[in-house]
Amino acid sequence: MLLVIAQLQTHQRTGATCVAENGFCPSWIEDNWDRYVDPFTQHVVLTLAPVAAGFAISFTLAVLAHRRSWLITPVTSITGALYTIPSIAFLFLLQPLTGRGFLTAFVALTCYTLLIIFRNVTTGLASVPAEAKDAALGMGLTERQLLWRVELPLAMPEILAGLRIATTTTVGLAAFAFLAGAGGLGEPLNEQRFFKSNIVVAGGLCVLLAAAFDVIVLTAQRIVTPWKRATA
Amino acid sequence: MPALFGDPPVVTSVDSPTELGQSPHSRAATLEFREATKIYPGTAGVAVDGLSLEVPAGEICVLVGPSGCGKTTAMRMVNRMIDITRGDILLDGDSVKERQPAELRREIGYAIQQIGLFPHMTVADNIGTVPRLLGWDKARIRSRVHELLELVSLDPDETLDRYPAELSGGQRQRVGVARALAVDPPLMLMDEPFGAIDPINRERLQNEFLRLQREMRKTIVFVTHDIDEAIKMGDHIAVLQEGGRLAQYASPAELLMEPASPYVERFVGSDRALKRLALQRVRDIDLWKAATVRVGEPVAAVRAKLADSDLTIPLLVDDDGRPLGWLSESALTGDTVEEKLRSPADPVIDLDDVLRDALADLLTRETRFAPVLDEDGRMAGILSLDVISNFLLVAPNESRSGADLVNQES
Repeated sequence: MLLVIAQLQTHQRTGATCVAENGFCPSWIEDNWDRYVDPFTQHVVLTLAPVAAGFAISFTLAVLAHRRSWLITPVTSITGALYTIPSIAFLFLLQPLTGRGFLTAFVALTCYTLLIIFRNVTTGLASVPAEAKDAALGMGLTERQLLWRVELPLAMPEILAGLRIATTTTVGLAAFAFLAGAGGLGEPLNEQRFFKSNIVVAGGLCVLLAAAFDVIVLTAQRIVTPWKRATA
Repeated sequence: MPALFGDPPVVTSVDSPTELGQSPHSRAATLEFREATKIYPGTAGVAVDGLSLEVPAGEICVLVGPSGCGKTTAMRMVNRMIDITRGDILLDGDSVKERQPAELRREIGYAIQQIGLFPHMTVADNIGTVPRLLGWDKARIRSRVHELLELVSLDPDETLDRYPAELSGGQRQRVGVARALAVDPPLMLMDEPFGAIDPINRERLQNEFLRLQREMRKTIVFVTHDIDEAIKMGDHIAVLQEGGRLAQYASPAELLMEPASPYVERFVGSDRALKRLALQRVRDIDLWKAATVRVGEPVAAVRAKLADSDLTIPLLVDDDGRPLGWLSESALTGDTVEEKLRSPADPVIDLDDVLRDALADLLTRETRFAPVLDEDGRMAGILSLDVISNFLLVAPNESRSGADLVNQES
């Protein structure tokens, strides 16, 4: 009986020491795992929502600019300017307009995806071989059919590459979303930023999330572009 | 070695007899350029200047000329890939300007030099593009694709699911032609379709295509910068010159024999006399009369035949009249002909041989003359170097009748 108590005390002492020394403590991580569930879920939403919105906006802009090339320069300038705003500043600057919370983070993060996706869709559409377009029109495809059946499928590798970069970038930027009161893994990260166990878990989850999204998009890319692997 | 383009297609399993099968003489349109003119806005020059010509149904019309002569522009005005500035183009008598461009283009086969296969689509999907636009059902598209691949001598089972990147240049070209033929269009536009192919394969594709065309009898507008290709492929040739003006529109033989201007003369080349050899067949020219003799024939009769012949050497033939060889002088020393040959009858020329090939045969065997046989293997006469040079030396102006003859022939 005494032995058992002694062991328990030793365990508590070493655990407590590790935590007190801000060390890497597996047992603490095991005990505190559920503290990270909500921030993680928020982080996933903080990544997916802006990427989805950003994709919808920039894809539409790129398709519009595709037949109106004069649009490319202004759109690139504006999205480029948005991209250069420091993220922390952006999150504070928006608050008078959008208040504290998800919306602010959503707007800011969405803005950061625009340039990347717009540029990749534009480049992808521009890289479609001229002779394929000529043949398509010559065979009687309408402009719309040309876009959906020939140009966009052929631009798909570039488009998905843009989506990959945008997603990975957003996972990283979403770690600042707590500054706007939108939660995410940045929240625990910031609360105990000298506690190694916390840093490893919160930071590690960020990295894992980015890697997971990367693999998902990459797999999608391989599935939708089987012709890319075809060689004589 | 794959079978040739134009071999009769072996259609093994076609679910339903397709309405648009490879039926010969299926549909061919007439095409007429009527003062068709193209001026690009903002440029001083005229790209195509009042082009007027008629292409009868089922013929290949070649537009030929140096780069910048407007030949591609002229072709692209037909399916409204380029809009006509002035004048008109009539397809089966109806102005193309009245038509919805996309709808018009689906009725016109379109093949370009870079082929323009869609890299992200399989061969089957590439060929099925226009049928899908026209709303054919899947089964019909499948069987048509099958049929077309066999028509252009590609193995359907092996090529159907491949991507263009997995094909050789020649195979891609064939798929391009199959795709242009997909809905059996009454008119085909072909812009240097064999331009990007090496010379050996180009010649093969040209021959295969001509064989295919003999079955299909489509109306074809064929653009090239190569006068030799024009002469080979064209039923009629339109020679264009800088500024998009028509210099001459004529049959290949006419073009070679009676160039309408110094420009055309220069363009067809100083070897146009030799090119004529490629256009004419042995049966088109007057051959020498031969003295044919059989073993055992009286020598006196042979002497009489020789006097009547263009050649002083008798040709020994067998009982069926097939040549055995040239008789030696010593065979005629007795009362009757003996079987003594000075040389075998080699080469033997076919009445249907092209003159150029016949000449090449003579030169290769280092002989000045050779017997010519008709399709039944009987003597038709003797072709000699003198016969050929006489044919070539006839001045263009004096060869009117010759030209007319050729036109009737073609």
